[in-house]
Amino acid sequence: MKHNILLFWGCFLPLIYLIGRLIFDGLSANPIEDITHATGWWALVFLLLTLSVTPIRVLFGKNSVLRYRRTLGLFSFFYASLHFLTWLVLDQFFDWKAMLEDVIERPYITVGFVALVLMSLLAITSIYRLRRYMGNAVWLKLHRLVYLILILVLLHFFWLVKKDVTEPLLFILISGILLGYRVDRWVRTQLTRTQSFSEK
Amino acid sequence: MMRINQILPSEITPQYTWGRRKFILQMSVGLGLALPNSARSAGDNKTSLEKLEFIKNKAYSTTESTTEFKSATSYNNFYEFGTDKSDPIKYSRNLVTKPWSVNVHGEVLAPKRFDLDELTRIAPIEERIYRLRCVEGWSMVIPWMGFPLSKLLKLVKPTANAKYVEFTTLYRPSQMRGQKTSVLDWPYIEGLRIDEAVHPLTILGLGMYGSVLPNQNGAPIRVIVPWKYGFKSAKSIVSIKLTETQPQTTWMVASPKEYGFYSNVNPGVRHPRWSQAKERRIGEFRKRDTLIFNGYGEYVADLYSGLDLKKYF
Repeated sequence: MKHNILLFWGCFLPLIYLIGRLIFDGLSANPIEDITHATGWWALVFLLLTLSVTPIRVLFGKNSVLRYRRTLGLFSFFYASLHFLTWLVLDQFFDWKAMLEDVIERPYITVGFVALVLMSLLAITSIYRLRRYMGNAVWLKLHRLVYLILILVLLHFFWLVKKDVTEPLLFILISGILLGYRVDRWVRTQLTRTQSFSEK
Repeated sequence: MMRINQILPSEITPQYTWGRRKFILQMSVGLGLALPNSARSAGDNKTSLEKLEFIKNKAYSTTESTTEFKSATSYNNFYEFGTDKSDPIKYSRNLVTKPWSVNVHGEVLAPKRFDLDELTRIAPIEERIYRLRCVEGWSMVIPWMGFPLSKLLKLVKPTANAKYVEFTTLYRPSQMRGQKTSVLDWPYIEGLRIDEAVHPLTILGLGMYGSVLPNQNGAPIRVIVPWKYGFKSAKSIVSIKLTETQPQTTWMVASPKEYGFYSNVNPGVRHPRWSQAKERRIGEFRKRDTLIFNGYGEYVADLYSGLDLKKYF
């Protein structure tokens, strides 16, 4: 538990750093853009950290890391919410008409918005009581949406960049490794299953 | 008519700090928060720049308040130095701009290579306070120092075949680290139709805020076309070529569906991926409406009468 508390407070560091930059003149001439990019960037980083838990657990045989997954996932949602609120309040200043138009007409905003809606479903159902109420099987199925969310978030990033796609490509590469690991594991389980069936 | 610019750099810095505080305050008000005030004053790197003598051209200048010097020189798109807007100020320091010359050639009777000294003496240097609208959705108001491009073009005697003007930015990867990447085709090419080029609003810029151009803003000479998106205003120009056919401009080649040859500021024609209806003026909190031709319609709208601005975006 102690480690989780440490992690919990550590996850606020990017936010504290951002606020520090805002106060002490460390942002560019367009601070709203900086805040939008920083919160979005950290939401994606925390999403990738969340998805790294299982590979680390299996590859290094460290079952104890599993308890950090929930915290990391919720912080991804936390930064994604800040990202969304930055857009809503600082960028658009409650210009509902412009925002609706953005969500409908701009594919990169559409996918980002859908990702956030799905993410909030996962965040709500991370409440233990709801999870118990849903039952583990349904809960697990629902939380597989995280893979779809990741893909939507990557599209969101890739499509908004003007020309230099180096950074989104780097994130796509890392995501590819994390998703590839799961595909590999799934194929292996299928193979062992067929093998054990044929042996019978 | 010539007089020395009386705005001292020391007068600019407090203005920046003031603007910055105003921004944070506005944002705090917008958020319903009270944020501690930044007491740090901005470092002034303007003192090292050579002053320019100029006359104020009030007729073509906006009376809107100008963007802080620090913002205009630290938030730039100049891909030759990197794609991040903080890259140009960081990586342009070592660009050597002396000696410098501009080759004016192509469909002209009297081609000539002008060195920088000659260029500064072609016409009286005027101050033009122009709005600058970036295609990304932000804007600034910048006091430029320069002279009409038409004065230069007249000297080289364009032929009847000169229908377009093509500008080429310096290609020097050793001092322009962005050119070592292939994010765009180098060198950077921009262009105008000849009537746009000789329009009195189109200037060759030699300075801003009373001094010569900082490297990150396109030193030592650039073009400024205030009714078009910022990328049309090529920086650090080494060649001006008059042509019969429309130049293949860099952004148009990079992404033809997104960036047209004209690229006039137009709130009615959206970028395929984002709206152009509004813009954020740097230093302000709320977005403002973008104006057709960036508010210069009364001067330039005739250039495009009969042209479908949606097709020729």
